[in-house]
Amino acid sequence: MPQMSMIEAIRDAMDVKMAEDDNVVVFGEDVGYFGGVFRCTHGLQDKYGKNRVFDSPINESGIVGAAIGMAAYGLRPCVEIQFADYIYPAYDQIVSEAARLRYRSGEQFTAPITIRTPVGGGIFGGQTHSQSPESLFTHVAGVKSVIPSNPYDAKGLLIAAMEDPDPVIVFEPKRLYNGPFDGHHDRPASNWSKHPLGDVPEGHYTVEIGKASTFREGKAVTILTYGTMVYVAEAAVKETGIDAEIIDLRSLLPLDVDAIVESVKKTGRCMVLHEATQTSGFGAELAAQVQERCFYHLESPVVRVAGYDTPYPHAQEWDYFPGPARVGRELKAMMEAV
Amino acid sequence: MTTKKTSTKAAASPKRRSSKTALYKPTNDELVDFYKDMLLIRRFEEKAGQMYGMGLIGGFCHLYIGQEAVVVGVQTALKKGDSVITGYREHGHMLVAGTDAKAVMAELTGRSGGCSKGKGGSMHMFDPENGFYGGHGIVGAQVSLGTGLAFAAKYKKTDNVGVAYFGDGAANQGQVYESFNMAQIWNLPVIYIIENNQYAMGTSVSRSSSEIELYRRGESFRIPGEQVDGMNVLAVRAAMDKAVKHCREGKGPYILEMKTYRYRGHSMSDPAKYRSKEEVQKMRSDHDAIDQIKNMILDAGIMDEAALKGIDKEVKAVVAEAAAFAQECPEPDLSELYTDVLA
Repeated sequence: MPQMSMIEAIRDAMDVKMAEDDNVVVFGEDVGYFGGVFRCTHGLQDKYGKNRVFDSPINESGIVGAAIGMAAYGLRPCVEIQFADYIYPAYDQIVSEAARLRYRSGEQFTAPITIRTPVGGGIFGGQTHSQSPESLFTHVAGVKSVIPSNPYDAKGLLIAAMEDPDPVIVFEPKRLYNGPFDGHHDRPASNWSKHPLGDVPEGHYTVEIGKASTFREGKAVTILTYGTMVYVAEAAVKETGIDAEIIDLRSLLPLDVDAIVESVKKTGRCMVLHEATQTSGFGAELAAQVQERCFYHLESPVVRVAGYDTPYPHAQEWDYFPGPARVGRELKAMMEAV
Repeated sequence: MTTKKTSTKAAASPKRRSSKTALYKPTNDELVDFYKDMLLIRRFEEKAGQMYGMGLIGGFCHLYIGQEAVVVGVQTALKKGDSVITGYREHGHMLVAGTDAKAVMAELTGRSGGCSKGKGGSMHMFDPENGFYGGHGIVGAQVSLGTGLAFAAKYKKTDNVGVAYFGDGAANQGQVYESFNMAQIWNLPVIYIIENNQYAMGTSVSRSSSEIELYRRGESFRIPGEQVDGMNVLAVRAAMDKAVKHCREGKGPYILEMKTYRYRGHSMSDPAKYRSKEEVQKMRSDHDAIDQIKNMILDAGIMDEAALKGIDKEVKAVVAEAAAFAQECPEPDLSELYTDVLA
């Protein structure tokens, strides 16, 4: 089976869809000639031509707005917003148009577009190249949000997104683009080819949007997480020896509530872990879901471990977002709670 | 998308002038149709205003009275497969696109028989089967969608065009210029129609815009633009024919600034303190789009007063039927609250 980095898997997904469907177009800032700032679209313009893979001006609102119009006329655009931090100018188009057109038109105007965007920190990008704005979108009915943690899921989720009848935002954790992450920023990353999850089947397959996966089975506590933090959780579990079950949500909206409930009822404890700032973060929704559905199974309060409520720092990045040490401390404290 | 090659010719200054295009020469039948279409919009809007006053229409309601010549001149220049998108003052756009007046009025009253099943309301109406893509309540947001619609028409190798309407207020939104730039570099068949009714709610163009000749807003993008007498349907149609030809021939985007005027307030709650009654009255008496065509019909002896009254009667019957439907039709079932969120 081919071994791929997440970047290659993402590119492969677009390649598969472009070969299958002439209505698929791929565009964004530096996506065509340059091949994408992270090289996700490298080679696609050569293969499919400038009419199908092309550069847009630097105008995120225009990129998403034009994509919505294209989709309404039968195309299947897959656009890149170069960093999730740049998505705010397009927020109005995503929220007021893409997400809500189906509803307010009584299903006459739909916007099946895919928005790919690198998300999260861990590469010392500072305030404007590190953010995790996913909860700004999970708050909006009518748009789906997914976030893969490995190449297999990245390809399968992206293909699923590009076939979905609704707008989907694919948040791509850029810390994981080139290799899996052992949870420690000060150690070198190992290549995906040395990692079992780097296996990516050739051709077409999908990962269902709305289904979580169990990254690690365990009995002591459930960790609900996604993206880069899956590996931070793994490192913390290894280092503390606490037998945690790590649920990789993969899809934030729709959310696999059944998988969450099943795991938490089994373990009786729940940690919610993400990079984004804590207040009104997606973890708040997860904690509420667990409280509503698993209250009588809980042996300790649901704990949120998240980025601090500050703007994203530069030098102190690894103090800001949860690393294995902080997650480990919180895990131990949870297990001591009666 | 293949970038437009900048030739020496293209690098020359784009057109910067008010339209000198000769008026459209309609056949007698066309002239009567123009009259009928404009009259339908006016009577429909008068009825909507009345129903609003009676509490049958809630929320927002932006009447198109005064601007009828614009949509009629534009729409009659289009063909099947062309797309139209606009902002929130769109009842008239729907009617000329061919949407049943009943479905438009029932959307205004929020009934299940409305074109958006009562989920859209006044500002959010759609009829893609007739090439109408809304009906958008966020000022200016539809302009990039219209640009994308035109992109798709070109990508699919049709000779269809996209029409993106927006107002003088929306002309100051940044995404309009993002759209101009994309349309020009991708050489898209899109016609931007600026419906300059001279007031963005209560702010006149001169108080909001550093360049009040809005047809010149495309100059730095090398998009040709023309100013058109938007109160004269024949001027609108002539300019539109020219713009459509330009687009269908693959020459890229075009801007038409329609100088028009709304007689009523911005919406139903409008203190009307930003302009004088005399100003409004002067437009009504000297420039009314419907009166102009009516006089042409009479002067040319195409129809007499009695025959024109007959048309008025027909139009009123259509509106009355729509109004009745819009009141009899049930409200959406509560179960509809949760449908159409996702597929």
